Amino acid sequence: MKISSLINRKMKAAALLLVCVFMQQSLCAQPSGSPPASFMESNGKIYVVVAVVVTIVLGLLIYLITLDRKVSRLEKQSRNNKIS
Amino acid sequence: MPKLSWWKIAACVLLLYTSVMGFFIKIPVLDGRLQESIRNLFFHVPMWFGMMILFVVSVIYAILYLNKGAVKYDYYSTEFARTGIIFGVLGIITGAIWANYQWGAPWSNDPKQNGAAVALLIYLAYFVLRGSVTDLDKQAKLGSVYNIFAFCMLFPTLWILPRLTESLHPGGMGSEGNPGLNPDDSSPEMKMVFWPAVIGWTLLGVWISHLKIRIKTIYENQLAHQS
Repeated sequence: MKISSLINRKMKAAALLLVCVFMQQSLCAQPSGSPPASFMESNGKIYVVVAVVVTIVLGLLIYLITLDRKVSRLEKQSRNNKIS
Repeated sequence: MPKLSWWKIAACVLLLYTSVMGFFIKIPVLDGRLQESIRNLFFHVPMWFGMMILFVVSVIYAILYLNKGAVKYDYYSTEFARTGIIFGVLGIITGAIWANYQWGAPWSNDPKQNGAAVALLIYLAYFVLRGSVTDLDKQAKLGSVYNIFAFCMLFPTLWILPRLTESLHPGGMGSEGNPGLNPDDSSPEMKMVFWPAVIGWTLLGVWISHLKIRIKTIYENQLAHQS
């Protein structure tokens, strides 16, 4: 297993997570109290919850996809080992 | 990049659809009892449906193992049961959160709550039993036989016993509906999110189980290769 590629992958995932977090913050960072200015502020800010849930589900799905690809790679490796 | 199978893509699409539409669709006004918390129907209830489907798959593979004797069927059976338990635990926890605000306490010894807890304990014992046997062949055989027993207890504890007594859940004695949901509390629009949610969460469970089976197969192959 190449450790450098593993770290690289982890970094990529972390960067993605950070992007998601900042995206959320820019959506939330609006002055409260004033009448709902944006879509996200309407309906008792329920869409903020939607954004949070979607981020979590998306994050978990991406994690699962990377795991899936890693297992596929391991399968290929183990198949090659058997032949040699 | 290897292509994702269609059912994995379906799982992603259905789950994202659920987590967006679960908040967007209109819900019926239910005399102020449930209010918006009925949206838990799209998140709490599919955990149980997913668990039951995973346990059904698990018992099918247990029977297949006993019939055919191929070890791979035993891998399938265990991993589907494992993911099923995770779904069940999540169902219990989310149910307790909902109950805390709906019924005033996280655990009110509701027959359905107790039944679900008993069902989960029976399935946990499956892993205790397997773990206590060192001989791999015996482990698989005993495990498969116990799996069938555990499955026989699953539906009585979840669907039959809660019907026989008064229950806070829908479907108890003297109330409308079945132990899954009360038809009066849901609308056709809600079913348009509920069933995709059930399929989406179940596919996610299958995906996780499938990954674990693949990892286990690689591991076993490596061991066989080394010896």
